[in-house]
Amino acid sequence: MDFELTEEQEEFRQAVREFARDEIAPRAKELDEQERFPLEIVRRMGELGLFGLPFPERYGGQGGDFVTFCLCLEEIASVDSSVAITLEAAVGLGANPIFRFGTEEQKRRWLEPMARGEILGAFALTEAGGGSDVRSMRTTARLEGGKWVVDGSKAFITNSGTPITAVCAVAAITGEGEISAILVPTDTPGFAVGPPYRKIGWRASDTREVTFSGCRVPEANLLGERGRGYAQFLETLDDGRIAIAALATGLARGCLEESVRYAREREAFGRPIGAYQALQFKMADIRVGVENARLAYLRAAWLKDRGRRYKTEAAIAKLYASEVAVAAARDAVQIHGGSGYIEESSVARFYRDAKVLEIGEGTSEIQRILIARDLGLPGTEL
Amino acid sequence: MNVVVLVKYVPDPQGTPELDDAFLVVREGTEGALDPGDEYAVEAGLRLVETHGGEVTLLTMGPETASAALRKGLSMGAHAGVHVVDPALRGSDALATARVLAAAVRRRPFDLVLAGVESTDGSTGTVPMTVAQLLELPSATFARALSVEDGVLRIERPTDLGFDVVEAPLPALATVTGSAPEPRYPTLKGIMQAKQKPVERLALADLGLSAEALAPTQRVVGLTRAQERAAGEVIQAGEDTAKRIVDLLAEAKVL
Ligand SMILES: Cc1cc2nc3c(=O)[nH]c(=O)nc-3n(C[C@H](O)[C@H](O)[C@H](O)COP(=O)(O)OP(=O)(O)OC[C@H]3O[C@@H](n4cnc5c(N)ncnc54)[C@H](O)[C@@H]3O)c2cc1C
Repeated sequence: MDFELTEEQEEFRQAVREFARDEIAPRAKELDEQERFPLEIVRRMGELGLFGLPFPERYGGQGGDFVTFCLCLEEIASVDSSVAITLEAAVGLGANPIFRFGTEEQKRRWLEPMARGEILGAFALTEAGGGSDVRSMRTTARLEGGKWVVDGSKAFITNSGTPITAVCAVAAITGEGEISAILVPTDTPGFAVGPPYRKIGWRASDTREVTFSGCRVPEANLLGERGRGYAQFLETLDDGRIAIAALATGLARGCLEESVRYAREREAFGRPIGAYQALQFKMADIRVGVENARLAYLRAAWLKDRGRRYKTEAAIAKLYASEVAVAAARDAVQIHGGSGYIEESSVARFYRDAKVLEIGEGTSEIQRILIARDLGLPGTEL
Repeated sequence: MNVVVLVKYVPDPQGTPELDDAFLVVREGTEGALDPGDEYAVEAGLRLVETHGGEVTLLTMGPETASAALRKGLSMGAHAGVHVVDPALRGSDALATARVLAAAVRRRPFDLVLAGVESTDGSTGTVPMTVAQLLELPSATFARALSVEDGVLRIERPTDLGFDVVEAPLPALATVTGSAPEPRYPTLKGIMQAKQKPVERLALADLGLSAEALAPTQRVVGLTRAQERAAGEVIQAGEDTAKRIVDLLAEAKVL
């Protein structure tokens, strides 16, 4: 058994830590306040190869593994969740399905520029009528004269309306009980996005409603196998969950670092508040959560990198880390007292950013169902 | 064009270094990094060879751990490293360090030697110029911008009023300040490639130097803590606010 990261992973984590500290952290507050998509930072991350981390060099990637990608997300999320989710969704949801299921032609056309961070892809599964209940979807795609014609609308789609979004993978009904994935370029007539949602957190991340009105795309834009769309999306989400766990770990760690710093400086009743056991115990508990959440995501990522089964481990990591993050943010605000409730403090932002971790890419309830199913319990079909 | 960049491994540049009983910086068993000041010199070297072709070689003198500084620079894109490591070098002063570096630079043809302005730990700020002297090179100090044309190095050196333009024929040495272009971050690919790049290890004997010839000529004899910065003055808004501010500015000789 070996808990050591490789030298490369360690050095890369250090490089991303410095990048996050020097280039992202100083802008986090302003981007959040203005609910502005961090285009400039995305460009810099593209130059650094972050969007191509887990993809092979022949597709413009960096040839790294999933563990390295997750370490990178933890570092970025420790200062800014909006930037971290932008990267996570671009790689995990936008590029990853094309890498896993795409044809050589699709990889050349879409994956390569995605890996370089030049374009972003969105992943449109959720509809207003149902997110957890994927099969209730209404969006359709039918073949007509060698073209797919897509009609319908999707809700809460990350990275769908940024200035560099180029393509959207949409889940659609393509026949009786049949779901498939179709790649729709954003310049296709009939493709439209709504204004950004006004969110309580992840405010600098781009999330919109997407509508498809008679969008016609070539038959060759089918992603993966016809009728396997549902399974493909679920497999993509397994990867995404590990990544969300890394992001949640980063947020919790950010809460811990801010809390420890504040608790050593702030005084009450003649002592630093960090001298009070009531607060020490909170920080000790956050530390336990951070360390265990990290172990959980690293283990799931490690299994994935070795080509082993990791579905349940991904669900465990996502469930645990996101709940750790929400608890850590709540305690961090408490430790900061009134100043933690003011927008000037990072922990106020962390508090708002944390909640969605228990919702996106499968709610906590859905993770528990998946874990219960793995236990062989009845009634766990979705 | 062959550029040699002098780089130093320093103990945790964000923190305060520890000193031993002889007032020497403790280097063993501490977390360290490539001196952030040197990263600007590495960046300047990389930019020059990107324009003119050639290679950047990093040269460091330091304990085993100093190889991390080389690896960082190699991950940024430098082509090769040279590590002078010898137990006899522990406690070397600035002059001895310059002698060792000069001897190591001299072993191969080069066009330009670059260095940071001063290290964040020792901060003598004398090593690069001493190296230039020993190699009989012109030195152009405090560069915020560098270019090379027709065998001539040209730098911009910021001054109180603007900047000087300094030229020197190659081969030459230049020191690079923190107002030069920001150093790049290593990519994962760069980090992985760094592992394959050549790093030559040299001992004193390889440089034809003896420990006696490098005996320190300087010694730190004492240490006094810097005065803690006094608390600032908060000026309350009121009738004489403006006057108090003007007085303060006058005191600080700003007015
Ligand atoms: C900021 C943000 C970004 C997003 N980005 C994307 C994206 O890029 N692409 C995309 O496709 N989607 C995206 N989503 C959507 C997200 O994945 C869904 O919101 C999520 O899956 C939940 O679906 P829902 O909102 O329809 O909630 P519902 O499915 O309606 O769930 C409501 C509640 O019921 C619970 N519930 C549902 N079914 C069960 C059950 N069987 N047993 C017990 N409890 C149950 C849920 O856990 C939840 O608590 C994003 C959402 C947000 C907020």
